Amino acid sequence: MSEAAALPPGEHLVHGTDPHLAHHFSSLERQVDASRLGMWLFLSTEVLLFAGLFTGYAVYRYSFPVAFAASARTSEIWAGTLNTIVLITSSLTVALAIHFVRAGRQRAAVACLAITLFFALAFLGIKAIEYTAHFHEHQLPGRYYRFEGVRLPGAEMYWALYFLMTGLHGLHVVIGMTVLAVIAWRTAHGYYSAHYYVGIELAGLYWHLVDLIWIFLYPLLYLI
Amino acid sequence: MRQSEEDREKLGAPPAHESYLTDGTTVMSWLNTRDHKRVGVMFLVAVVFFLFLGGVFALAIRMKLLYPGPFLFDALTYNRLFTLHGVTMIFLFMIPAIPSAFGNFVLPLMIGARDVAFPRLNLASFYVYLAGAVLAVWAMVHGGADTGWTFYTPYSTTTPTMLFPLLLGVFIIGFSSIMTGINFIVTVHTLRAPGIGWMRVPLFVWGIYATSVIQVLATPVLGLTVLLVALERVLGFGIFDPARGGDPVLFQHFFWFYSHPAVYIMVLPAMGVISECVATFSRKNPFGYKAIAFSSLGIAFVGFFTWGHHLFVAGQSVFDNGVFGVLSMFVGIFTAVKVFNWVGTMYRGAISFKTPFAYICGFLFFLVFGGMTGVALATVALDVHWHDTYFVVAHFHFIMVGAVIMGFLAALHYWFPKMFGRTYHEGWGLVAASLIILGFNATFIPQFLLGNNGMPRRYYQYPEHFQALNVASTAGATLLGFGFIIIFIYLVIALRWGPRCEQNPWRSKGFEWLTPSPPPTHNFDKIPHITQDPHDYRTHAPSGVYTDV
Repeated sequence: MSEAAALPPGEHLVHGTDPHLAHHFSSLERQVDASRLGMWLFLSTEVLLFAGLFTGYAVYRYSFPVAFAASARTSEIWAGTLNTIVLITSSLTVALAIHFVRAGRQRAAVACLAITLFFALAFLGIKAIEYTAHFHEHQLPGRYYRFEGVRLPGAEMYWALYFLMTGLHGLHVVIGMTVLAVIAWRTAHGYYSAHYYVGIELAGLYWHLVDLIWIFLYPLLYLI
Repeated sequence: MRQSEEDREKLGAPPAHESYLTDGTTVMSWLNTRDHKRVGVMFLVAVVFFLFLGGVFALAIRMKLLYPGPFLFDALTYNRLFTLHGVTMIFLFMIPAIPSAFGNFVLPLMIGARDVAFPRLNLASFYVYLAGAVLAVWAMVHGGADTGWTFYTPYSTTTPTMLFPLLLGVFIIGFSSIMTGINFIVTVHTLRAPGIGWMRVPLFVWGIYATSVIQVLATPVLGLTVLLVALERVLGFGIFDPARGGDPVLFQHFFWFYSHPAVYIMVLPAMGVISECVATFSRKNPFGYKAIAFSSLGIAFVGFFTWGHHLFVAGQSVFDNGVFGVLSMFVGIFTAVKVFNWVGTMYRGAISFKTPFAYICGFLFFLVFGGMTGVALATVALDVHWHDTYFVVAHFHFIMVGAVIMGFLAALHYWFPKMFGRTYHEGWGLVAASLIILGFNATFIPQFLLGNNGMPRRYYQYPEHFQALNVASTAGATLLGFGFIIIFIYLVIALRWGPRCEQNPWRSKGFEWLTPSPPPTHNFDKIPHITQDPHDYRTHAPSGVYTDV
């Protein structure tokens, strides 16, 4: 790491020659613990971010139960279901990547990460088809709502929340893909090994969170 | 190894440690540093600049309020100025002031670490803060939002002034706050030196730890809230728009879910500073270490469940009002626990009345007075009378300006020798402290009276019978301004020409004084092995002997 590289030579002797160990940690285990804790804390901020939207959903669902139920019935349920399957499978492949790198099989890990990326892309593709359909039907938020199928007060609020929640989630998918791509590239170039693989683990954690949020979005926006 | 800097100069020998200040003197060596101490100093420079900026806006407002009618500038400019003042002071000064500046500098030293857990993230948090700050200031100068720092809907979604870049700036600064919070929590968990168990963590670290928890858990909600307001302005999403079925009160819930705990982001670090200074300047062990430590966590926890007291007159149910009122008073209990412990620490201590101690006294007065009026405001029936009046303004300025600035200045004076290895002029320090404490009282006590008499906050004009108290308040603010100018002058002089000090000029038992002042880049040659409690004045061992070799 760059911090270690900037040190006077004596410091390297104190800490051994592990290139992954930063100068201010006494051991690699401690450093990996710190990274994991940092990631979990970051995930808690993500949960709080989406918690605001879930609260908004609860409030307006309570205010407009009929409009929300009617609007949810007009959403593309096949797409939502397919995307749920796609994302859960991608969570499996990212977990497999961690398993393989632990077992010292970097090439298999890279393959799993690549499959995960492919699934993520498929998710976004299906989402894009859905969005296009909504645009054609004018199922749009707030003042742009012109959908003839549901003419109830509160329907535009459903679509505002729909686009906010799926949009923010989609943004997280894109960020997750970027992270996974970097991690896959690093793994392919030998940066991670059975000895040190915390990066893949953290990317996996992030990806599971993205998956988990979708598991809550799916019933709220498509099923009920 | 433990020679003072002066001795070394006399002997003509090179310093035993290269201080972090001289380890690379180019601009890039600062801008590209991973050193928590340099990041702390950069934050300090930035927040002092924004304190100055916010102070100038405050004085401009006070100057206008000398006269009841239109004066100096028009009503829109006045509205922009108090928005500028609020946003600058809260998001650009108070939130990062103590945690990011002093926390960054002393927290790793206090727990015997060589750096924070994620040094690059730490530097990134500074640049993210700077980017958000530049955007916010640019937006405020060019567009001049007039909503106040609270961005209440529906006004914030309809005002013609330029709000979007300001919201974006606040959004970006939020990331910086989260990064700092995550970094500190992980640092405290994973980088404590051998011997520093949880019950040996210095009290300032407890304060920062509790603050970080709030930063991590509350800030995302603010991010979402400003995002929703921005989307409503730009795309008409209507989440807070009653015409589209939205509820503006939901905005208030979201906003205060962050912004009330944010008050504790500001005041908890100040409480931590006071806990350190009280022990040092009374030369006594903290009275009730555990009580002080856990009451910080208690405030952080309860702080999440009090936001509703901002909505007493916003159409919240009577039951909710009662619950939020009672929960808010719990904060008063935890704060009182701290106050009694600080006073208990002073009791029969060997008090040395240095500048930081003067600020401790100011802090105790402002915190107790501001806290008591806070408990009064949490009483629903009284709040109906005082809501949106100058009484509220005076109350939160007592806490946020009074207590937080006292903590900030105490930290600045207490750790100035640690940070720069020089001492300031003690006499001028006491003069400025008296001026500032006097100025605060003169500024805000009249505002309590104004508010109780019914003067609403944020109004451009007021009836003539309020003028005398407004003039008194402005006079106080001027005094305050002079105090700050004096501090600025003697500290700048001290930076350049101040006498060099020894490692531990206060003879403090705080762990941060175990390294030379200013510390070398990597803090400790060998990670210390701590065998004593923090601030243990019962033993006469000179500081530093518990550095294991």
